[in-house]
Amino acid sequence: MSIHHHLDDASLMRYASGDLDPAFCVIVASHLAMCETCRNAVRMAEALGGDCLEHGPQADVSADAFARISHLLDAEAENRPTATAAVMERPKEVSTQVNAEVPLPLQGLIGDSIDALDWQWLAPGVHRHRIEMAGTSSSLFMLKIGPGRKMPEHGHGGVEMTLVLRGSYSDTFGRFGRGDIADLDEHVEHQPFVDSAEACVCVVATEEPTQFKGVMSRLLQPLVGI
Amino acid sequence: MLKALSMEETTEAPDERPEQSLHETLIADVASSKDRKAFEALFLIFGPKVKGMMLSSGASNDLAEDMMQEVMLTVWRKAALYSAGRGSVATWIFTIARNARIDRLRRQPVQPYVDVETVSIACEAPDAETRVIGSQNEERVREALELLPEEQKTVIELAFLKFMPQSEIAAKLDLPIGTVKSRTRLAYKKLKEKLEDLK
Repeated sequence: MSIHHHLDDASLMRYASGDLDPAFCVIVASHLAMCETCRNAVRMAEALGGDCLEHGPQADVSADAFARISHLLDAEAENRPTATAAVMERPKEVSTQVNAEVPLPLQGLIGDSIDALDWQWLAPGVHRHRIEMAGTSSSLFMLKIGPGRKMPEHGHGGVEMTLVLRGSYSDTFGRFGRGDIADLDEHVEHQPFVDSAEACVCVVATEEPTQFKGVMSRLLQPLVGI
Repeated sequence: MLKALSMEETTEAPDERPEQSLHETLIADVASSKDRKAFEALFLIFGPKVKGMMLSSGASNDLAEDMMQEVMLTVWRKAALYSAGRGSVATWIFTIARNARIDRLRRQPVQPYVDVETVSIACEAPDAETRVIGSQNEERVREALELLPEEQKTVIELAFLKFMPQSEIAAKLDLPIGTVKSRTRLAYKKLKEKLEDLK
């Protein structure tokens, strides 16, 4: 798989330090699941965390700290002798899961089939599937846009990330195919159009600050008059 | 001839610090034989560091102690999943601490991180020689951090040591978010140059 559009360095640093909103974290993790280059890049960023741990401030642990954990391990050895073996055991289906069309971090949220999703019709050639997530003020959804469809030019009220899972689209930033991520800052304007023979399926996370209209409504306003 | 020479050079200059191989040996002993003594040694080295990190990110003493126990328990359970090819032991324990914090303090799903780890392991080249960021790079990371301008270093430490969100870093330093982002990018770029020098 050849991926041309990768994570912004600032985003991968936020992923590495655990600072991404859950909706964006899912998109970033899904890209990472498909992109070895960015997985390696994240590892470098995490090494900064390793350095901070290694050379950062230390604190005395309680006097019986090791005795307590040791006691726990004794109990564990009796009750769950195979706990570690279970972690290590890689069931056969893992390789199927890892190579599925839906990246592993998304599978827990939408299952492993794009076609089996409950798609909501929004406009001719445009379908959406909302992904419910707790603990976020951002929204996460899937978009399926038919071949040849052009989206109205739109800007962003906040940060937006789009990951292509199937098909491709083009805009001023280039062509985005499977695995490519558009990690766009606010104030960016673009007009994507689907240039693949099949529909383009993406997963999108957007920040939706309440003072702004949602990007979806602005995006579709000219299409459906909402 | 040229090849022989370069091979000789690499064997003559082992770039590993002794304590790194100590960490790796201890983890390997825990992984292979559930060696309680090796685990105790790891606990004595990393327990105070993990607790210190939790305290500096704002946890109370009790919470920091509890999180440290949780992190070290995960180290014990997942020792067999550690791979030196993916980074140093300290970096691996950092990711466990980060995940524990996301799970417990931010009450956010940590599953995306776990899934990425699963993918990494599944895709890992069986050839152990291919160290993308091998643990021997630890010294390079240190050097890269030391060389950063103070303003970039501060941003990195707030993000990775205190786990401060980008928006809070901006507020604390009285900077626009964009400036925090660009300092983060610059710092990352320098780290990357330093590490890629090695290849």
